[in-house]
Amino acid sequence: MASNGICDRVAIVGMGCTAFGERWDKSAGDLLIDAANDAYQSAGVDPDQVDAYWLGTTGGTSGLTLSLPLKIQYKPVTRVENMCATGSEALRNACYAVASGAYDLVCAIGVEKLKDSGFSGLTGGGPPSDGTESGLTAPANFSLLAPAYAKKYGVGEDTLKDVISQIAYKNHFNGAQNERAQYQKIVPIEKIKNSPKIAGMLGIFDCSGVSDGSAAAIVCRTEDAHKYSDHPIYVKALSFVAGPAEGSMRQDYDFTTFPEVVASAEDAYRQAGIENAREQISMAEVHDCFTPTELVLMEDLGFSERGQAWQDTLDGRFDLDGAQPINPDGGLKSFGHPIGASGLRMMYEMWLQLRGEAGSRQIKDPKLGLTHNLGGAPGRCVSFVSIVGDQLAA
Amino acid sequence: MSGIVRYGSYVPYFRLTRAAIGGGRGERAAASYDEDAASMAVEAARDALRDGPSVDHLLFATLAPPYAEKLDAATVQAGLNLPKHISASDLGGSSRAGLNTLLLGADLATAGRSPLVVLSDLSVGAPGGARESGGGDAAAAFILGSDDDSGARFIGRASCTEELLDVWRTHDSTFPKQWEERFGASVMLPLLTGTLQHALEDAGVAPDKIKTLIVDSTNVRVNRTLPAAAGFEKEQVADDLIATVGRAGVAHAGLLLASVLDTAEPGDLIAIAVGADGADAAVLEVTDKIAAARPKHSVARWLENKRNDLAYNAYLKWRGILPFEPPRRPDPPRPAGPPMQRGEGWKYGFVGGRCTSCGSANLPPQRVCVVCGAVDQMEDEAFADAECKIATFTLDRLAYSLQPPVVAAVVDFEKGGRINCQLTDLDPDSVAIGDELEMTFRKMYTAEGVHNYFWKARPLR
Repeated sequence: MASNGICDRVAIVGMGCTAFGERWDKSAGDLLIDAANDAYQSAGVDPDQVDAYWLGTTGGTSGLTLSLPLKIQYKPVTRVENMCATGSEALRNACYAVASGAYDLVCAIGVEKLKDSGFSGLTGGGPPSDGTESGLTAPANFSLLAPAYAKKYGVGEDTLKDVISQIAYKNHFNGAQNERAQYQKIVPIEKIKNSPKIAGMLGIFDCSGVSDGSAAAIVCRTEDAHKYSDHPIYVKALSFVAGPAEGSMRQDYDFTTFPEVVASAEDAYRQAGIENAREQISMAEVHDCFTPTELVLMEDLGFSERGQAWQDTLDGRFDLDGAQPINPDGGLKSFGHPIGASGLRMMYEMWLQLRGEAGSRQIKDPKLGLTHNLGGAPGRCVSFVSIVGDQLAA
Repeated sequence: MSGIVRYGSYVPYFRLTRAAIGGGRGERAAASYDEDAASMAVEAARDALRDGPSVDHLLFATLAPPYAEKLDAATVQAGLNLPKHISASDLGGSSRAGLNTLLLGADLATAGRSPLVVLSDLSVGAPGGARESGGGDAAAAFILGSDDDSGARFIGRASCTEELLDVWRTHDSTFPKQWEERFGASVMLPLLTGTLQHALEDAGVAPDKIKTLIVDSTNVRVNRTLPAAAGFEKEQVADDLIATVGRAGVAHAGLLLASVLDTAEPGDLIAIAVGADGADAAVLEVTDKIAAARPKHSVARWLENKRNDLAYNAYLKWRGILPFEPPRRPDPPRPAGPPMQRGEGWKYGFVGGRCTSCGSANLPPQRVCVVCGAVDQMEDEAFADAECKIATFTLDRLAYSLQPPVVAAVVDFEKGGRINCQLTDLDPDSVAIGDELEMTFRKMYTAEGVHNYFWKARPLR
């Protein structure tokens, strides 16, 4: 088996999430303090009770990025990084630590402070290199999906533009009902369609924003969950894969799928015992870094048949009141993408929805929620999928 | 003696019309923002080396060396994926170095060696001046060898050297200066005339036996009056390419010679006279091997394939003359010495890998085959001249570039392998999936004084 999984062995018993946006007033440390305090309060625990921490961030290095601002008293803090899936990676490792029995109560927390750089978009930076990288920006890399998808499935470019604009509209529509979102306004579809071009077919409204934010989760073993929460949520599956990046080197990759996502979804569904994701997953938070990404993800995650996600999108299947709401909190589109925080922000929406606390965004009686996080670019990426629910399997 | 066994030329894709500068006829060739003298040298020499003889010495001449200290010929050598055991030299000093270096190469060939002479230049002048308007950017390359192997052999030559304040530039100044043209002409015309006549005497031919006379000097007046002064008719004088390329410094004499060789017939006699700080002159006889000496790209072909809507302010930006608002993006990182050294074959020579276990191409070369997973079964294979086409592409309006938008494509090679790379020398609105491309050696950017060379793809030229 690819992974054994820890279905229902671990519970999330508290979560916190800051407002995302241009937080000129807060440092990364401030945001971490706010998210951690929210999470402690949500779980009804003192910081002293937390045995260990997993910090997801691409900015700061080492556990000190967390322990210094929070004044954590000589406890393990593991800093993790896995590109844009960093926040999810913190949660995954925290869950495994609890499941192993090494710790009783842990905190997964993610943060990113992107706006202080003064740059547009995300900025990479790697080890010293030979300078032969293509130097493309993230929107350019992901824009490669759109023409490839249109061509493969015979969708006209105008229709495809309608589809991706609809994805942006939907996510902003949802984000308009979320007090934590960076953008809380409905954006008229014509404005989305006619926004200035960034890369390929993508306009500015096809791209997620750039923001600051932090989110945190308190995790314990399932048998302890009710000590902390009268409505915990249970981790059904956690999957993470890193691909061999063959899509960037092999001609048989056609830019209409993320094989890494397919692999992580299959693994997660096996762990959770899901046979039909389209029917069984009530809602999902997916990595809508750019609108064509969300389109392709619907097929890679099994929510749509191959070549059908564009039609499902236009049919409203993924709307807040549709059969399978996607990004009910507004997604990266409305929240921006503070890298280390995003995966936990996605989980925060699952926490609210499963507990019936999502206010006007509340989805009726959700059973299972999925979060999906992606890092890299088409052809060379890492992918994370989790499945959570508020009922233990019979 | 010796002669030219193979040759190649290169004229960049972009042209700056003199109307765009503010007046004048015709246009000048302008190296793109991602080109310099070394990258253009590689482009010209690739054509000379294609299926050609091996060389053992590289002479690289330019007045626009990418580095003040560091062997630019080594960059050219690496870009051409030439063997390590060759000798390499940088030359320059004045535009006379063009023919002068070619004659030096001829001497090496006479001594039994096989030199590659590459002449490449970017002619930059102060805005509004004659050098800016009349200058041009181009490159030419020649492989020299024995008489028997030559498509054109040297049958006479002469030189003279004169200390003269004509064209000069100090290390700390950007633009060259030139003394009053009438003074220069009064000194140079007799020098150049005499040197040309000595070369003709050396060859034992009279001016009327010369099919084509090539004239190039720093002085426009001399260029105009020399033919008559040396006993030539107007019809014998080769097009000076000033209207289409501009005077390309060190490369100009070589470019003119390449252009003449492109259409020369066996038996033709060619005289060439170059004046700057003295003069060099030579007489060549075209042989029946001339067809085999010719490159894939003639000068005329380079001239045909162009884009001449370059804006003057864009040109000034490219040359670093006009300051401009940078994008709100981080500066590109300086490439690092050790990884460049480790990946030299890929970075400079575009040498990929071929898995000997399953036969798959691996670009860049991988230790673990991307298809079959075999470990350390990779063989070097050159991809620089491999046919390729666009699998998919995008226009990146956010990425840093001196010519936005960056056009990037997923490029698939006919013989296997895929890369994601930038495209250059094109109209961004005309790119389509399936377009055929060819690879071209470019300067990606310069960071902290380090030039970052790598390959891009361009539509077939």
